[in-house]
Amino acid sequence: MSLDKSESIQNIVTQSGRLAASGRSIKVKPLSKSRLTMRITMIALAALTIYGFFVFDYKNISPWQGTIDMLTNFKTMFLSPHLAHLTFWEGAYAIVVTLAMAVLTTLISAFLAFFLALFAAQNLSNHTVARSIQAVAAFIRSIPTVLWVLIFAISAGLGSVAAIVGMSFHSISYLTKAYAESFEEMDQGLIEALRATGAHWWHIVFQAVLPMSLTYLISWTFMRFEINFGVSVAMGAAAGAGGIGFDMFMASAFYHDLREVGAITYYILVVAFLLEMLSLRMKSAVRGKMI
Amino acid sequence: MIGFFLILLIIVYGSQWVTAFSFIDGIASIPKALSWLVGNFYPTEKSLQKIPTILTKLVETLLLSIAAATVGAFFALFSAIFGARPTAFSKPLALFSRGLATLFRNIDVAAWSMILLFSFGQSALTGFFALFFASFGFLTRVFMETIDEVGLGAVEALRATGAGYWPIVFQAILPASQPLMISWTLFMIETNIRSAVLVGILTGSGVGFTFDLYYKNMNYNAAGLTIVFIAATILLLDRASNMIRRAIL
Repeated sequence: MSLDKSESIQNIVTQSGRLAASGRSIKVKPLSKSRLTMRITMIALAALTIYGFFVFDYKNISPWQGTIDMLTNFKTMFLSPHLAHLTFWEGAYAIVVTLAMAVLTTLISAFLAFFLALFAAQNLSNHTVARSIQAVAAFIRSIPTVLWVLIFAISAGLGSVAAIVGMSFHSISYLTKAYAESFEEMDQGLIEALRATGAHWWHIVFQAVLPMSLTYLISWTFMRFEINFGVSVAMGAAAGAGGIGFDMFMASAFYHDLREVGAITYYILVVAFLLEMLSLRMKSAVRGKMI
Repeated sequence: MIGFFLILLIIVYGSQWVTAFSFIDGIASIPKALSWLVGNFYPTEKSLQKIPTILTKLVETLLLSIAAATVGAFFALFSAIFGARPTAFSKPLALFSRGLATLFRNIDVAAWSMILLFSFGQSALTGFFALFFASFGFLTRVFMETIDEVGLGAVEALRATGAGYWPIVFQAILPASQPLMISWTLFMIETNIRSAVLVGILTGSGVGFTFDLYYKNMNYNAAGLTIVFIAATILLLDRASNMIRRAIL
């Protein structure tokens, strides 16, 4: 999925870790401020949702009729898929193209983000430098990936170059933050001890920091790869970057072929399932190593 | 070690070959795009007149993202209670709700919007359902993880005191997992806004469509202004969610 799990996911992960570390489960003393905030948040969300349903632009489409249509469409799509405008192997090749875009984006981002993160980590870098890199990364993340891709498409033309560079922009800033946080988890004493022995900064990085945080880096990178697969499906459709996303866009918006959309969905689902399984296995391997 | 890098190199070359990507073109496009950005994406008097249009569409997209995340969270809550280990009471139901969440999660929002285009056309409902399905799938997974984390010990302890199933769920599990669940819902709203821009471009609705219209008509000043407003909304929302998070976690 094209979830750009940026800042917040990391906040949530660290905060939930903190929650777990602090004894977790049931809070004995009800915190009135936290309860009040939760109640206000929930009421506000519910009110905005209800208000939203009144003001949405339905364009004369009845929600009920549409929902019934949706269910019958799902039946046609998933129960009688067929490929009309591409063969089975062309579909398989398209999914390889989509995967390749995700691979390139992830590798480029991981490589560049590693070096950026060294300068963005508070314990390895100068405070001002770290803050400014983090600020630029936050700015880049605030612009959705599709807009980056379209900005690059103006200079590079619609296609894989704009898609991969645009996707990398977002991916780099995401991984820089994630990697920097992994580096910051490191034992500060160890770095100081090494510094005291006169070790060079690069020695500290490659002999201590990298080996100790490698498992974190790998699991963040793989998580980003999973996201990038979804993003690259989307970019194929929205930015003409090719691959299975483009075929799906053609089947949907151009040929109006519901059954072909169904068949293409199966391609995407199979790969997404495989990636999720792989990612879960890697996460448990990483966890096993950490304990 | 050398073998690892060799495999990496082969993967990079292979990927480059199938996608027709060139590193040189990629690097060359960066300064071009950036200088172009500086030269074209500044607001002009004409583009400033578009602000009311952009804001109206932005509010619609924001409401859509909130509605999808909130309704998604509501359904995900039940699905997570049925599916999470401490609270599952029927194995088939648990498998069903987990399977449903996996299915919804693994179809990308962009793919959902192209599927839903058949039923809801260019109306806001296409975007709503696409974001809702994605939110439901993702939130079910994280809610289940939350319940797993908070619940196992509490359920056993309470069961030992003879407490019934529903009291355990409503008085122990839910209150304990509420802060994290709200936090994830806020995160989902932020994600939904980014996705909504994409969905809007694909299906012709919301602020994504506004941007696409300016972009395709090469009205880059207005397109740039739209980007500024979207980015500002996401940054503000992030700030607000973090404030709420600090208060509740």
